[in-house]
Amino acid sequence: MAVGFLQRERIVAPPGWSRWLIPPAALSIHLAIGQAYAWSVFKNPLAATMLQGNPAAGTLTALPFTLGIVMLGVSAAVFGTAVDRNGPRWAMFMSMLCFSTGFLVSAFGVSIGQYWLVIVGYGLIGGIGLGIGYISPVSTLIKWFPDRPGMATGLAIMGFGGGALIASPWSASMLSGFGATGDNPQASGVALSFLVHGLVYAVFMSVGWLLVRVPPDGWRPTGWHPDAAKTGTLITTANVSANNAIRTPQFWFLWVVLCFNVTAGIGILERASPIFQDYFPDAGTQIAAAAAGFVAILSLSNMVGRIVWSSTSDIIGRKNIYRVYLGVGALLYLLITLTGNANQVLFLIASMLILSFYGAGFATVPAYLRDLFGTYQVGAIHGRLLTAWSTAGVLGPVIVNAIADAQIAAGVQGPGRYTVAFSIMIGLLIIGFVCNELIRPVHERFHEPVGEQAISPEGAKAA
Amino acid sequence: MSTHSESADVRSGPPAVAWLAWVWVVVPFLYGLYQLVIKIPALFGG
Repeated sequence: MAVGFLQRERIVAPPGWSRWLIPPAALSIHLAIGQAYAWSVFKNPLAATMLQGNPAAGTLTALPFTLGIVMLGVSAAVFGTAVDRNGPRWAMFMSMLCFSTGFLVSAFGVSIGQYWLVIVGYGLIGGIGLGIGYISPVSTLIKWFPDRPGMATGLAIMGFGGGALIASPWSASMLSGFGATGDNPQASGVALSFLVHGLVYAVFMSVGWLLVRVPPDGWRPTGWHPDAAKTGTLITTANVSANNAIRTPQFWFLWVVLCFNVTAGIGILERASPIFQDYFPDAGTQIAAAAAGFVAILSLSNMVGRIVWSSTSDIIGRKNIYRVYLGVGALLYLLITLTGNANQVLFLIASMLILSFYGAGFATVPAYLRDLFGTYQVGAIHGRLLTAWSTAGVLGPVIVNAIADAQIAAGVQGPGRYTVAFSIMIGLLIIGFVCNELIRPVHERFHEPVGEQAISPEGAKAA
Repeated sequence: MSTHSESADVRSGPPAVAWLAWVWVVVPFLYGLYQLVIKIPALFGG
């Protein structure tokens, strides 16, 4: 139960409160927790200092990130209902507390030479902050922007992609400045970097929980009315609780859609640099820089896709946009499989579109859930759906890396190394496409009775 | 149930604090974007 200034009742927007304060509040959380994808910059400094000489250093330095992503999915699922019950300020505050504490515990662990504290700090405690933070602004944004839910959630979730863009160069320069890299790396430099990260992110994320407000009951944007709004066969005006949502086939079809869309994107993203170098080995001495450019352009596509395609879904509908992500995505994978390295421009465009669909799959799914299940406990339902992400995070790299490594061991050269892996991705996208086609409106037996639908702490408790 | 509309209860234009909030998130975002974009020319032999 949230107390004092964290209570939902304390953050009902007063007259004069602009709804355009909510996206930056959400972004201050997502831009911070998106740091998770920049974890790799800490790997070498940790391996070269406190894990120096340890033969398992590679695995050990990956463990905080892996545990963090697992905890993201687990905590989003476990704490989703609490997030809806207690409101966004409580959720954002808890996210800040866990995420920053994770860095501070890691700093302490490095300073006393106890690596397990880095795993517990960043991976376990920080990972809980990732999960709560990821879902914290979603239902609030949907309520403030009922006219543009795809755009609103796309903007926030784009921030998660942007977080790594900020953290990667910032963390690298800090590690260098504190003497954690170079010829004589010092563990104290890593500890100091963790400490600064924890403090700076605490300040940066505080803007989120200070600014966020929930709209008063019955509030709506000027000129927008629920009855006059764009409606489709899937868009409901009823509400479904989180506990009921997971009993519907729609939830599990969407789970498969998200899981396989993410798996297909990770297939390229996770191994982007080697894929480029295998496809275009003729880039000569500049191949490493060119591959880094390829990774950068994919990151950009991933981020831009989140806002562009998610906003487009407000116009053409959620089911149609997932037809594009999955159907066109499968065709693009087929294109790069068939054409190989014959045309670099074609390869680049296809890869960029695939990655834009990958990011957009994350960004559009909260609005899809809103359409199917209403706004009542959309945050909690979103939290449960994110277990698909955790699953895909294992599936994608395993498929691409295991198969590519086997092809390399068999002596296969060039694009042929990825033919089998990309063919599997095409199959997964087709299965996702079929699941999307099977999504129908939720049966009314799952709807909350009228009167239980108010978006309130009491209502959330009823679930 | 009472209804409130944006025109009645909420200003149509963002107040100063909204601009500051946007600057708070956009400035670091632009820094990250710049650091990313400068790597792209290498892809085309730059």
